[in-house]
Order: sequence, then structure tokens, then C-alpha cells
Amino acid sequence: MSVLTFPRPAPGARRTVPGTRLTSVCVRGRARRLARLLLGLWLAAAATAGWAGEAEPAAADPQLEARVMALATELRCLVCQNQTIADSNAALAADLRGQIRERLRAGASDREVTEYMVARYGDFVLYRPPLRARTLLLWAGPALLLATALAAYFTHLARRGRGAPAAPLDEPEQARVRELLDAPRFGGEP
Amino acid sequence: MIPELGLFALIVALGLAATLGVLAIVGAQRGDARWMAVARPAARAQFGFVAIAFLCLTYAFVANDFSVLYVATNSNSQLPLAYRVAAVWGGHEGSLLLWTLSLSGWMLAVTFFSRHLPEAMVARVLGVMGLVSVGFLLFMIVASNPFERLLPAAPEGSDLNPLLQDPGMVAHPPLLYMGYVGFSVAYAFAIAALLGGRLDATWARWSRPWTTIAWMFLTLGIAVGSGWAYYELGWGGWWFWDPVENASLMPWLVGTALVHSLAVTEKRGGFRAWTVLLAICAFALSLLGTFLVRSGVLSSVHAFATDPRRGTFILVFLSVVIGASLVLYALRAPRVSAGGSFAPVSRESMLLANNVLLLVAAGTVLLGTLYPLFLDALGLGKISVGPPYFETVMVPLMTPVLFLIGVGPIARWKKAALPELAVRLRWAAAVAVVTAVLSTLALGRWRPAVAFGLLMAAWIAASSVVALIGNARGAGRLGARLASIPRGYWGMFLAHLGLAVFVAGVTLVRGYESAKDVKMRRGDSVTLAGNVFTMQALGAANGPNYTATRATITVTRAGAPVATLMPEKRVYNASAMVMTEAAIDSGPMRDLYVSLGDRLDRDTWVVRVQRKPFIGWIWLGCVAMAAGGLLAATDRRYRLAVRRGQVLHPAAAPAAV
Repeated sequence: MSVLTFPRPAPGARRTVPGTRLTSVCVRGRARRLARLLLGLWLAAAATAGWAGEAEPAAADPQLEARVMALATELRCLVCQNQTIADSNAALAADLRGQIRERLRAGASDREVTEYMVARYGDFVLYRPPLRARTLLLWAGPALLLATALAAYFTHLARRGRGAPAAPLDEPEQARVRELLDAPRFGGEP
Repeated sequence: MIPELGLFALIVALGLAATLGVLAIVGAQRGDARWMAVARPAARAQFGFVAIAFLCLTYAFVANDFSVLYVATNSNSQLPLAYRVAAVWGGHEGSLLLWTLSLSGWMLAVTFFSRHLPEAMVARVLGVMGLVSVGFLLFMIVASNPFERLLPAAPEGSDLNPLLQDPGMVAHPPLLYMGYVGFSVAYAFAIAALLGGRLDATWARWSRPWTTIAWMFLTLGIAVGSGWAYYELGWGGWWFWDPVENASLMPWLVGTALVHSLAVTEKRGGFRAWTVLLAICAFALSLLGTFLVRSGVLSSVHAFATDPRRGTFILVFLSVVIGASLVLYALRAPRVSAGGSFAPVSRESMLLANNVLLLVAAGTVLLGTLYPLFLDALGLGKISVGPPYFETVMVPLMTPVLFLIGVGPIARWKKAALPELAVRLRWAAAVAVVTAVLSTLALGRWRPAVAFGLLMAAWIAASSVVALIGNARGAGRLGARLASIPRGYWGMFLAHLGLAVFVAGVTLVRGYESAKDVKMRRGDSVTLAGNVFTMQALGAANGPNYTATRATITVTRAGAPVATLMPEKRVYNASAMVMTEAAIDSGPMRDLYVSLGDRLDRDTWVVRVQRKPFIGWIWLGCVAMAAGGLLAATDRRYRLAVRRGQVLHPAAAPAAV
């Protein structure tokens, strides 16, 4: 039974509130698993008896499936326009998901599966391009852009701050300022 | 006959655009009022003829004229009428025609809303837009004629791509193109300013509402496209960092920078040369985006090379537009005065920082989008650059932008004091931290990434409110003080709040979405986050041009009915393409998303049920941003300028000559 995909109880749910004891037991770890197992057995029995039943997970092992999907979202479906193996309904994508599943089940690590895919299909299959000589600019590019832009920015700020000091106003100018400040305002814009 | 009429209308429009471009610009340079007077009527006539061409193509689709090659490849007699009309822009040739129609529409708008401008300015703006139209019209007539005949006619069309047979697809391209092409107005104003040597706060006031409206359309267009991908592609994603999406994101980022830079130019007379450069960049990226999407270069560099006529034309046109603009900029910009000085801590410095970061973000998207193309073209192998790359590099780049949104509106122009900023923002910071921690705990388990995203969203919202309160300070009733705040400020406030809502939505859906893949037959049920999905029925549901299997799935929560969802799996008759039509129950707090996967046997299907918390906030935020743009663009001062201009016009016109 799939237990994993249910949200874990929040820390607060551990309190036992009188009167709601049954539900709070149900959401607890081990007790819940047992309850769900019993429920599952009952449902399975019900299903064979021709009743409606709890839908079976498409994957036999949801924990393994989570790893498969995590890997599949980083891999490109090679026959699609621009889709991950996880998202695509293409036969090749389903086939590759199956291959990932088989390898993981055989005990391969995530890294080994990725390496296997690259060995078969090249770097094109990876949505996160690996760091190599030819992708150096791709990965360093944003940092280089940012560094250049920030350097230009701070140079500009320094020049702006230093270059144009406000000249002190002479006497006629100050008189004009006083006149303007004292004049009644006619609802200008802020 | 009708298609030939359409082509003829395009040729006439080309002649008009060329005449307009040459006469108006040369006339403005020479100060010849009669030549300049050509601008408005020519622009209106150009719109008329492009509209005639567009109607001719629409007619060919409506009448199922499969002797037109473009119609035969993009339509089918079984296709419903609404989609036959939308199919006009379903392919390369038609979308170019839509682009040109949109450009002519913007020109028409300029002819009507420019009565307060000097004649020379209007002539230059329309002239520049006319020259851009020449490029597009020429491209259509020479290399991608939508009216090309297919003789003998095909007995039946090969149908519109089923992905595009959706109401979202009817709205998405026109909105997006209104945005893309709208930046041509900002661009034309910038070029006109460089040509005429008039680049000041008044110029910024003229061009600012146009730019904001274009930005608004682009925001809406991207949002509609993303929403369409969410429900139509069938697996619940909303942004894929696909090159097609990136092509629209780049002009949006630069356009956002431009909207902010224009604020400095209008209010303070600063950043003038910079604003012009941004306007050129925004439009150049719009052109690049259009061609990236439409040239086929994205699916394969070789597709581009197999039709060298189109490829060469596109490259030459892009080089001419960008090259000529930059040369003009290099010649004229150094003479533009730098504007007022400002301190390292000031609203100007923060807006400049925002600009710099947005440009770096746009540059990064450009790099990630074009890098695989360049590697492939250079024979260095094929690589894929996808969501993992963009998420890794974009989050650190955008975080400081989000932070600055809080500080910028509070900082004074010219010179701001850090201690004062800190004092005014400490409440905003405290509220943001508390909100982020509490809402993360309330919504589910603690996740640092979620808490950080919510912190940013709450920071933007709280600091915007602090800035608003500071702005409304003074004597009188609060209502009166709020009412005295100009509409432009409300626009900014709403747009920033929209961004906060957007960030919150993105964060929450990424942090707490859940999904299950199950095998279902009639009567089976599955529970996801307390919602029980039960398949009640499974049957055929055939449409006009497809056959489908439809599942009826009820959702209950604690025994109470929540929704009835009817996902479909369709097979389109003409193309035999299989489409997954997801069914969604939308709500303010969550979407429930059900889609059919593969059929396992006669009545068992793989069903994917998903719960997407707060995903609607993503689009709500975008709509709020766009609404903010609309408010800002309709501020009183622009309307006043128009009214005042109408009175002044008779006197002003001779003076400008």
C-alpha cells in the first residue's frame, strides 16, 4: 500500500486530543500503516468480490517510482519536441522509464543510471548539461555577465557621485528658490 | 480570386510602407511639412490593406479553400469554425501576417493618439515603424507567402495541430504579438529621438504609456500561454524553459527594465541614453523571439538551413535593424546629456541596479537558449539546456531583484539615507519574516526553500504597503489622502503586489504539490491529500473532428462532494494525433488535476491525479501585474497631456516645422 505519498503529519498532530483519539491514532506512523494494511486487505477482498476498490498504484513500488521520476525529469525524450522522459507519453519515453526502473531495481545508483543514458545517447539526453570544455561558457556565462554588469554599475555610481557635485547657489538663485518655495501650489504632480 | 486579392493587398501595403518610411523620415530631417503630412494617411492606408489581406486569408480558412497551400496544411473541413479562424495564425506564414497586422494596428493607434506631439516626432515614429513593416511585408511576399496556391487543390486539409485547438490558443498569439510588436512603438520613439536629437523628459512622457501598454499585453500573452500549457499539455506543468517560452521571456525582462528606466527619464531626466538602448534591445529581442519561434531553427539548425531563402532573409533583416539602430545610437548617444547626478544610495541607483540585474537575467536566458544552437551549428555536438540549468542560474539572479522591489519605492530620488531606509523598512522586514515562518508551518512541513520564497513574497507585499502608507501621510482623512495618490502610483503598487502573489504561487506549488499514478477501472478510487477520487463512468465522447474516451471522476472530501471531473483521451481524425485533455477543478487555494495516461486493457486506464496548491496565484499575479500596467498607463498626467495638446496643436504645428 502506498503510504509514502500521503503528507506526513505535522508536528502538532502528535497531540492526542480527547474525543478525536481514533483519528489521531490513524494518522500516526506505525498504527496508520497497520490500519491501512488492514484496510487494503479488506479492500482487496472487496474487489475480488466484485465491489469497487482502492485503485492500484500504477507502479508496484512507489518509493522506487519516486526515484525513477526524479531521474526522468532531468532526461530528455529524444523523439519529442522538448519534453522530459517523465512528462512524455511517447513509446520511447515509456521504454526509457522502464529501463531506469530496471537498473534502479538491480541496485544501480542514480549516477550510474545517468551515466548509462549518456553512454547510450550522448550529452543530448541531459537537461542539465554536464560541465565540460564546450559547456564552460554556458555555466560560467551568467556569472561573467553579472560580474561585468556589476563592475560597470559600481564604476558608474562612483562617477555619478563624484563627477557632478551640486554647485552652491548664488544670491539671485537663492532668492528665486525662496520665491518658488513660498508661492502657492497649484496641485502639481507628486 | 480572393487569395490573389490578399497578395495584391500585401503588395500595395508594401508600397505604402516604403513610401511612408522614406518620405516621413526624410521629410522630418528636412523640415518639409508636406512630406511629413504623408505619415498619418499612409499609416492608416497601410493598416487598411494589411487588414484586407488578413481578412482574405481568414476567408480562405472559413471557406475551406484547400487550393491555398497554407490553408491545406493548417486546416481541415471538420475543424470547428472558431478554430478555423484561429488557424489563420496557427502556422509560420499566418503568424507573420498577424504580426504585421498588429504592427499596422499600433501604427494606426499612433496616428490617433499623437495629436499633442510635434509633427516631426510623429513623422519619424511612423516612418520608423513603416520601415519595420517593409521588412515584414517583403519577407512575406518573397519568402513566406500565405496565399501560395496548391494546384491541383488538395481534397482535404491536413488539419491544425490538435495542441492548438483550444480557446487559449485563440487568445494567446494575438495578445503576445500585441506585446512583442508594441515594443516597436517604444523602439520607434527611441529612434525618432536619436534622429531628431530630442531626448528629454517630455520625450519620455510621450513614449512611456505606449511602452507600459505593450508590456501589459506581453505580460498577459505570456500568462495565457503558460495557462494554456498547464491545462492543454496534460501533465500539469506551467513553465518549461522551452526556447519558445524563453523567446517571450527575454523581451519581457528587458521590457520590464525599460518601464523602470523610463520612470527615471521622465521624473528626473536621467538614464536617457540607457533608456534608448533598452528600447532598442527590447524590440531586437522581440524580433529575435519571433524568428526563433517561427523559423524552425529551434527544432533543428538544419531545418533553418534547408530553406536558405528564409534563413538568409531573417538574418539579414535582423542584422540591418539591430546594426542600423546601434550605429545610430553610437553616433548620437554620446551627445545626449547624462541627466542629474545621484548618490550611490538613491532611488536612481536602485532602479539602475534593477535594470542591470534584469538585463543579466535576460542575457542568461539568451545564452541558455542559443548555446545549444551554436554548438550544433559549429559541429561541437548536441546538448540540451533545460529547466535544471535555468532554475540553477536564475534563482540567484532574481532574488536581489525581488529584494530591491521592497527598497526602491521607499528610497528618495537623488540621495537616500540607509539608516532612514532601515527604520522605515524594519516593520516590513519583521512582518515578512513572521508571515514566512508561520505560513510555512501552517501549510505543511518545514522547507527552507518554501520559507525563503514566501519570505520574498511577503517582503514585497509588506514593503509596498509601508511605501503606500508613507505616501499617504499628511493631513486630512485617510480616504482623501489615498484618493490623492496618483493612478500611476497605484499601478506600481498593484504590479508589485502581483509579483508577490506570483512568487508565492510559484513557491507553494513547487513545495507542496503532490501526485499519484494509479490504475483505475470503473468504481475504483484513490485518495490524495484527503480528496477521494472515484471513477464513476468511462465512455465514448466524440467531437466534430476527433474520437475520445471520457472518464467521469467524482471527488469527495470527508464524504462531501467536491467536484466532478471529466478528463479525456482524444484521437484526432485527420492527424491521428493523441491528445490528453486534463480535467481541472480550480480553486483559490488549490487545483485538483486529473489526466488519463495509457489504456491498459479494455476498461482499465492509468490515471494521474494531482493536487497543485495555490497554482492559480501564478496567473492571478500576472493579471495583477498587467492591471497595474493599465492603471499606470492611464494616469491623469498622460491624459492631461493629450487634452492640453489638442488645444495647443494649431499653434504648435507650424512651430515644429
